[in-house]
Amino acid sequence: MSEHFARPETDHPSEENDQSLGRDAYLSTRRLFFRRFRRHRLAFISAIFLIISYVLLPFVGFIAPYTPNERNSDYLFAAPQSINLFHEGAFVGPYVYATTGEADLTAFRWVYTADKSTPQKLEWFCEGGDYRLAGLIKTSTHLFCAPEGTTVFLWGADRLGRDVFSRILYGAQLSLTVGIIGIMISMTLGLFFGSIAGYLGGTPDYLIQRLIEILRSLPELPLWLALSAAVPSHWGPVTVFFIISVILGLLDWPGLARAVRAKFLSLREEEFVRAAEMMGATRSRVIRRHLLPNFSSHLIASAALSIPAMILGETALSFLGLGLRAPAVSWGIMLNDAQNLSSIELYPWTAIPMLPIIFVVLAFNFMGDGLRDALDPYQH
Amino acid sequence: MRLLGYAAYKLLSMLVTLLVVSVLVFTIINLPPGDYLSNQIMELQATGQQAGIAKAEFLRAEYSLDQPLWRQYLIWVGFAPGPNGFYGLLQGNFGWSFEFDQPVADIVGETLWLTVLVNVAAILFVYVVALPLGVLAAARARSWVDYSTALVGYLGLATPNFLLALVLFYYGHKYLDLPIGGLMAPEFVGEAMSFEKLRSILLHLIIPTFVVGTAGAASMMQRLRANMLDELSKPYVETALAKGMRERKMLMKYPLRVSLNPFIADIGTLLPAMISGSVLVSVVLGLQTIGPALLTALKTQDQFLAAFILMFVALLTLIGTLISDMLLAMLDPRIRIGGPRK
Repeated sequence: MSEHFARPETDHPSEENDQSLGRDAYLSTRRLFFRRFRRHRLAFISAIFLIISYVLLPFVGFIAPYTPNERNSDYLFAAPQSINLFHEGAFVGPYVYATTGEADLTAFRWVYTADKSTPQKLEWFCEGGDYRLAGLIKTSTHLFCAPEGTTVFLWGADRLGRDVFSRILYGAQLSLTVGIIGIMISMTLGLFFGSIAGYLGGTPDYLIQRLIEILRSLPELPLWLALSAAVPSHWGPVTVFFIISVILGLLDWPGLARAVRAKFLSLREEEFVRAAEMMGATRSRVIRRHLLPNFSSHLIASAALSIPAMILGETALSFLGLGLRAPAVSWGIMLNDAQNLSSIELYPWTAIPMLPIIFVVLAFNFMGDGLRDALDPYQH
Repeated sequence: MRLLGYAAYKLLSMLVTLLVVSVLVFTIINLPPGDYLSNQIMELQATGQQAGIAKAEFLRAEYSLDQPLWRQYLIWVGFAPGPNGFYGLLQGNFGWSFEFDQPVADIVGETLWLTVLVNVAAILFVYVVALPLGVLAAARARSWVDYSTALVGYLGLATPNFLLALVLFYYGHKYLDLPIGGLMAPEFVGEAMSFEKLRSILLHLIIPTFVVGTAGAASMMQRLRANMLDELSKPYVETALAKGMRERKMLMKYPLRVSLNPFIADIGTLLPAMISGSVLVSVVLGLQTIGPALLTALKTQDQFLAAFILMFVALLTLIGTLISDMLLAMLDPRIRIGGPRK
């Protein structure tokens, strides 16, 4: 037995070696990933935007000046009001003007005129309608509200005089979570079928593949419509919300399952899988402990890319009146009001919910692209 | 001969798929408890109208709704004899619409062709727009052409179809004087085809085509661009340019041909999305396609009408996929030789 000798100068990697390996070699995978992800500026900004949106969801009741179904019969279709800071050259702080509505009987529309003589200062941390903070604590404190006798409709009011801004905030709660629940269902199904097909091969693989092909060749929306039409009309809004998420998830899994299967097929041949099998690991253990961790990150990226489809799906279903049902508030339900040309023409602000939809869908797309690129070890 | 065999194989697998789809559709349609007639009978009983009940009971027996579900399915497709012998989808009987009190065939009638028309127009739009723009975006990568097409593409992907429809509809009418609503001017509905009617239909088609096609064109363009970029970085491109070949000719002759394959294969994945889109857009714009009929049928539980429309929509996608498969096989011999073992 000869001792192992190493010259001191080679034992410690020199500066030169350091350079050739690149400093990246000493960073953990997670750090590397994060660094690569941050380099995609658009993806990074989108991720921050989404994180903020989701974190704020439990607190929308506090931010919104009104509760979602609070009607103001004197302010049907009230126009958006602006918040001003200066009145006649002097600084007064954030204020609005009081408006009064009048029916224009020749054009058949509501016209609102602002009383510009007196600025009405906004109140902060004021009392308003009751709501539950994070769904638990009952309170009536709002971040800001209008002083007595005036209104603060940042984005106008809808046909029942409900504040569009507040409703968009409340609508986010359902519209944003519907995609998350849907994607969880679709991921569970996709992982289950994909791993069975990829790992077992043979007849199960063949059957699952055909099923995937059939489901992928069908147009989604008509099937979604048919499935949601089957939801009994007497079920409560919460149940309907869950069922709709399930329906959205039910038809989305084939794409994921196909990706999982392809990954499995390539990983199945790796030595570490054979080693685990020889050591007596059961199939489910091999799948869970050795195969899944290898592409969980890849799955997260593709999940982020399929959430937008579900958000748009919910919007379309609710818009057509087959999705979520009022009194629930979602962006699709709100857009239902903007269904006809006259409301787009006379009261364009009823279509404002399309803006958050576009932003959220774009953000998910950018973030998904960024994640996918950052996870790809071959791209620099 | 190989091509014929391949075609036969594809056709066969399409028929099998259609069979599975019919089971799926029938199951979904029958998910809600009860059926149109039993609901009606209950309602009539509540209001005490005996005459109506007798008619509804007769219809129930006539359309085998009193049979067990699996038998109803077989009769509906035409595998098993109903009260009047074999008379189902296979024999050309699409069923009866209880809501409209008419045969389904009469209700859908012209709308079937208009549905096909809208979708074919949208596909043509996708190709006509995506091909030149995708090539241009790749050849001039990182230029204003590239960025602006990407921007429009992303917006097209993120905007809900129906809203795009409404907005375009409004501005199209206001500034371009495009006609509002429907697929033809009202005086042509039910008229025989004439030059004026055709012109009216084409004019009405502009906005629906644009709305249904935009998202598809955007994703198609992105993929074509990516494929082209892959090809453009290969040495043969450099060689061709170094030898003095004109850029335009080089692009057309080599990289484009290689990138064209996925371009055609994609129709298979694009078509379902476009048909979904056309259903939605039709409801919003009041087009005389099967979209609005499907919505009413589903809402009123008019099962034969809903089931037939769902089957038709599925058939349309499957035929589209079949055509794209065949085009691909003609274009690329490797696919044919691979044969049925895919």
